[in-house]
Amino acid sequence: MQRAEAETNGTPHEAAAGRRGRAIVVTSGKGGVGKTTTVANLGTALALRGARVALVDADVGLRNLDIVLGLEARVRNHLLDVLEGRVELDDALVRDKAVPSLFLLAAAQAREKDEVDLARMRAVVEALRDRFDYVLIDSPAGIEHGFRAAVAGAQEAIVVCTPEVSAVRDVDRVVGLLGDELRPQLIVNRVRPHLVKRGKMLSVEDVNAILRLPLLGVIADEPEIIIATNRGEPIARRDDGATSAAAYRAIAARIAGEDVPPPSVEVKTGFLERLGSLLGGRRA
Amino acid sequence: MIALFRKLFGTHGSGATAKERLRLVLMTDHLALAPEMIERMKQELLEVISRYVEVDRERTEVNFDRQDATLAMIANIPILSVERPAASPPQPAPQNGPSRSARRRKRSAAKASPTG
Repeated sequence: MQRAEAETNGTPHEAAAGRRGRAIVVTSGKGGVGKTTTVANLGTALALRGARVALVDADVGLRNLDIVLGLEARVRNHLLDVLEGRVELDDALVRDKAVPSLFLLAAAQAREKDEVDLARMRAVVEALRDRFDYVLIDSPAGIEHGFRAAVAGAQEAIVVCTPEVSAVRDVDRVVGLLGDELRPQLIVNRVRPHLVKRGKMLSVEDVNAILRLPLLGVIADEPEIIIATNRGEPIARRDDGATSAAAYRAIAARIAGEDVPPPSVEVKTGFLERLGSLLGGRRA
Repeated sequence: MIALFRKLFGTHGSGATAKERLRLVLMTDHLALAPEMIERMKQELLEVISRYVEVDRERTEVNFDRQDATLAMIANIPILSVERPAASPPQPAPQNGPSRSARRRKRSAAKASPTG
């Protein structure tokens, strides 16, 4: 899948070797389910595999992806500068500090989502596909113009859902809007295995019994993700066996076409829980 | 003692409640997003009922309503006359609850619940 493994220190141009990259929009409908964190981590994990990756923050007016990546101090130009022709694409791309084949195209902070021209957005994504193996587009919440702009140039979609009624409902709606062409795949985020085990949270199976999408991966709700985000260092950079880092890398491998089984987020049943389920007669 | 354990470990967690609420809210959403299907359903319903009694098509209303754990289709079909031309005599349909169907016949509103 990777065609530019040896060129991780080159300029974005050097990746262009005939084949075009894949543009994938990451969306959810509902806000706060972890889209931006997902984009930062998947981008990091894909880039660590040797691919050249561009992350596009399409949440115009609410720039966030730079913070999660720890690149906020380096952003000089943004997506609207490029869309409106003030700045060349290459001058707006910010290279990641830790992963040299990862680049960010930040959102404008002081502008409105409605200002994004769909045709120009498509053209920018096309230009990025010439330079990168993967173009991950971080969609704003909602299903209005900002969402349509984020989807405009994409050929594939990843939907992020948390195990909550509201999040599943919104993903259901978004999948209807995306249509079959983008072949949306599902990431279930913020799963708390202990709560699922005790029947106090929707399980991944419950969620996908409703959504019926190809399951790309499951991310457990870990405090380490919050700590990593506080520092602006996506957890996917870590290779010390952090559960969610491994999960992000497994998802990256699946995106790249490898046949990797989704890692388990189940909890080992403790003595007390076994006793409880015995006495309470719970279903598995 | 067993009751205490059941309480502690939760036989019926809020996850099940979430699942049930999700199922109902999505049914409602999907119906709301398919107005042409509902209109078709209404027309076919009227067609069937008109074989037996004369109904007021203009004042017919079809709505969906949440009733506890079920989503119900509520059809309000005013009946103008029970005198139908002898062309299509009502056939005795198989009934599973005579008292209920008798009650239903008396009223001018027909209720149908697609979900159990």
